[in-house]
Amino acid sequence: MQICPPALPGDVQLDEQGRLRHFLDIQGLPRALLTDILDTADSFRGIGDAQVKKVPLLRGRTVVNLFFENSTRTRATFELAAKRLSADVLNLDIGTSSSSKGETLRDTLFNLEAMQADAFVVRHSDSGAAHFIASQVTPHVAIINAGDGRHAHPTQAMLDMLTIRRHKGEFSNLKVAIVGDILHSRVARSQVHALKTLGAGEVRLVAPLTLLPSQVDAMGCRVFTNLRQGLKDVDVVIMLRLQKERMDGALLPSEGEFYRYYGLTRETLAYARPDAVVMHPGPMNRGVEIESAVADGPQSLIMDQVTNGIAVRMAVLSMAVSGQTQKGAA
Amino acid sequence: MTLPDVSSLLDVLVSKTRAHFSTMPEALQNVQLVGLHTGGVWVAEAIARELELPRPVGTLDIGFWRDDFYHQGLAPNRRSTSLPFGIEGAHILLVDDVIMSGRTIRAAMNELFDFGRPERITLVSLIALPGRELPIQPDVVGLDLSLPAGQRIKLTGPDPLMLTLKET
Repeated sequence: MQICPPALPGDVQLDEQGRLRHFLDIQGLPRALLTDILDTADSFRGIGDAQVKKVPLLRGRTVVNLFFENSTRTRATFELAAKRLSADVLNLDIGTSSSSKGETLRDTLFNLEAMQADAFVVRHSDSGAAHFIASQVTPHVAIINAGDGRHAHPTQAMLDMLTIRRHKGEFSNLKVAIVGDILHSRVARSQVHALKTLGAGEVRLVAPLTLLPSQVDAMGCRVFTNLRQGLKDVDVVIMLRLQKERMDGALLPSEGEFYRYYGLTRETLAYARPDAVVMHPGPMNRGVEIESAVADGPQSLIMDQVTNGIAVRMAVLSMAVSGQTQKGAA
Repeated sequence: MTLPDVSSLLDVLVSKTRAHFSTMPEALQNVQLVGLHTGGVWVAEAIARELELPRPVGTLDIGFWRDDFYHQGLAPNRRSTSLPFGIEGAHILLVDDVIMSGRTIRAAMNELFDFGRPERITLVSLIALPGRELPIQPDVVGLDLSLPAGQRIKLTGPDPLMLTLKET
């Protein structure tokens, strides 16, 4: 089914007291809330030291992972996050079940609500799917967007912000380059909103013209079509995956040519600051957007991102579920 | 009302702690101190200094174990839990600044048990207020205090440590 882009008011994510009720998009969220998510996630990281790697915050609650689109890492870390919060977790791969038998999204949702779920973690190939679901579910069910079409992937952006903050500290001093397939990337959109809201010194987008959105100027970033210029003196390099499955036109001559001009190699990374860090949301196309020696090298934080993903998803799940149940919550 | 001076109150607490262990002095030398953020950590540091117990003391932030999460949400200003020793089989001297309902101590004990099974927990509180809601009583108390209705007491610090009254 085709779902229209979000038409709900921006404050659907927050209650009247400014507490998180749904986590659908970074856009529209205040800096204080993003900082609170990062602080909360930071304190969840310490749980890994205990014998029992769980806290009882969501004990007796049910989190449903509703994945209409394939995912390994995001789904696994959401599942682990919910389990570390002591929630019961139900994983539904909708792509291969009800919808293929003709059930509508609304009917699927109503059935899941009847099972008394407290949160839906939603991934969908259509932009706006998480907003649509938030508009349809009964009150007291929190919706977490785990990626919708080309629109947003807010927990990925927040785990990237946590990774940057833990290694680089204050955002205002940082130059950050986001490199690659910006056009198809919901991750890049959410990262730009998060970096801007958190006050990053400079955000750069580096891509060939064919992989930049037509309204790239509205994103408020410095745009480079030359990788070496775009990487000059940056503190953070975020590589994006080349999303071959979403390319429906001749946007690139070949993967080899893309790698030659936009691949992050030891040689091109040398244009960034010597202490620059390298990130990638995964899954990586080695030899297409990034050289293995860089992905596995000393400046790479790619595995840290995965660990931080669990902590950020614990923070967002616990804040949204409690936001649905506190006094005054709608 | 006049509030007591914290340094003389700490002297009382330290001597009462020593007295509590008078029949088992070797146990006192083997305890592991754990303070509850934030005031309890300051009190635990003072006890460690006066009784020459090993430092750093352990610290607990019980934010994720609170029982009012669905009413209050997560408390802001969370601190880190740090237990630089094994909990399994240890005698824990659990220290807080003020005990009232007992709910903080319930949460602290649940968190401690996620790190291991202590042999024993001895509870020390600088001040004890009436109003217990759980069957939890401290083993050592610096001062039993009653406050006028609508007031609560808070330890501020760390330098200097002071008691202040707040309206609820």
